[in-house]
Amino acid sequence: MLKLKDICKFYNPGTINEMCLFQDYNLSVEAGEFVSIVGSNGSGKTSMLNIICGSIPVDSGTISIDDQDISKMPEYKRARMIGRVYQNPALGTCPDMTILENMSLADTKGKSFNLKKGTDKSRIEYYRELLSGIGLGLENKLHVKVGSLSGGQRQAMALLMSTMTPIDFLILDEHTAALDPKTADTIMELTDKLVREKKLTTLMVTHNLRYAVEYGSRLIMMHQGHNVIDLCGAEKQALKVDDILYKFNEISIECGN
Amino acid sequence: MGTIILGVFEEGFVYAIMSLGVYITYKILDFPDLSVDGTYPLGAALAAMMISSGMNSLLALPVCFLAGMLAGCITGVIHVKLKVRDLLSGIIVSIALYSINLRVAGGKSNLPIFSKETIFSNSFLSAAVPEAAKPYVTVGILFVIIMICKVLLDLYLKTRSGYLLRAAGSNDILVTSLAKDKGSVKILGLALANGFAALAGCIMCQKQGVFDVNMGTGTIVIGLANVIIGTQLFKNMSFIRATTAVIAGSVLYKACVAFAINNGMEPGDLKLVTAALFLLILVVSGMRKGKVKKHA
Repeated sequence: MLKLKDICKFYNPGTINEMCLFQDYNLSVEAGEFVSIVGSNGSGKTSMLNIICGSIPVDSGTISIDDQDISKMPEYKRARMIGRVYQNPALGTCPDMTILENMSLADTKGKSFNLKKGTDKSRIEYYRELLSGIGLGLENKLHVKVGSLSGGQRQAMALLMSTMTPIDFLILDEHTAALDPKTADTIMELTDKLVREKKLTTLMVTHNLRYAVEYGSRLIMMHQGHNVIDLCGAEKQALKVDDILYKFNEISIECGN
Repeated sequence: MGTIILGVFEEGFVYAIMSLGVYITYKILDFPDLSVDGTYPLGAALAAMMISSGMNSLLALPVCFLAGMLAGCITGVIHVKLKVRDLLSGIIVSIALYSINLRVAGGKSNLPIFSKETIFSNSFLSAAVPEAAKPYVTVGILFVIIMICKVLLDLYLKTRSGYLLRAAGSNDILVTSLAKDKGSVKILGLALANGFAALAGCIMCQKQGVFDVNMGTGTIVIGLANVIIGTQLFKNMSFIRATTAVIAGSVLYKACVAFAINNGMEPGDLKLVTAALFLLILVVSGMRKGKVKKHA
């Protein structure tokens, strides 16, 4: 359903610092797949997500969802089909607004932001239910500003908010990287639960090889703008951390890391 | 003494209308919008022109609000579409409006409307209001207007569109995630803010009975001072809405200025007092911020 075709992306074109990130990069993701993407720094993982979301333009190539070319579509229009969670927990929520207001905002995505009441009172029970599902006690803090929550709580909210309305794609950009190991596990379990419940097609970039192996139906390792490992199905299920760790060391040594 | 206090409330309320606009840009959108220096006198110029050509003084209120919104849109478009920095877009619009205001006022830098009917002095009021209440008419009307503005703004900020506006100032990446163009949200906020500024200018012109092309100088300083005093003073009282705090801040600031002017300063020192007080507020609120951080 998602297709990246012949993507080329140069940074600083025409200067001495010119760097080719992608040269004829191809990727196709089927509906319902949960793809974990790993790779060293600078391998193009986050750039790829940015290219899909439209945060950075491509030099050539096409991006399509369900055969609809979205390469020229501005970022905010693509966001209608995409839910995205960032590495920084502060980016997925509004710190100056309350939990309830944030949930209402997310619930209005895809509808018109008109002069109707911002919070639909009849939905509050539903929000409470959603929040109690993540087990952090947020359902009792509806009128607390999100800015005063911890990073893990905010990230859980960001995850809920990005998947609240129907989306085609969930994009997770190292969404557990800024959290402590325990909270990261909680968020990862929550992610898996949401993805299964809503049957979301998911792309997850992570530096945690264990998550990449344990979760998801497909694993991609990227290196210098190419996929060096791309496994799915039974091969993916049989994969162990050590298997990819070996490959990971190999490409890292190549880079001199 | 009584007239001084009345004057403080009157002017405080007029500037409070403009400050509600500055509250939208400075506090909600985090956009230092200097165009109010041009939109405030724009409202005054339009009001003077309309009233002197015999149009209804009440009609001037919505017309000025819309004209201010248009000017705010232009600031927004310059910033969002032409990618000019926020401060500079405001400066460009405010300086352009200086000439436009002169044209609106028929090329006169000073357009009096003393003998005309305004919202503060008209045949209806002079017939309906008893003699004893006359001195309080102006402040009463202003109170009604500022309350209407405040309630409408409070209601708006609770709508879906208002939520989005607050989100745009707090975290504009979320606005994009919600599939909305953050640029248009900013433009909308600037339009509203400048609508309020022009409305304040319109009302000030009707109150003073004159439009002066230079009346806008320093509007943004007064607006920022009002917003900062109000929000800082009532920061820990969460039951007081920010809009109420801004109105209280406006009256308080005007009272400080009036106090200084009545205690030895000359009327010509008004801007100096305004600036010095603003500096004082900034320094004091900055020190308070520092204290909080140290304890946290």
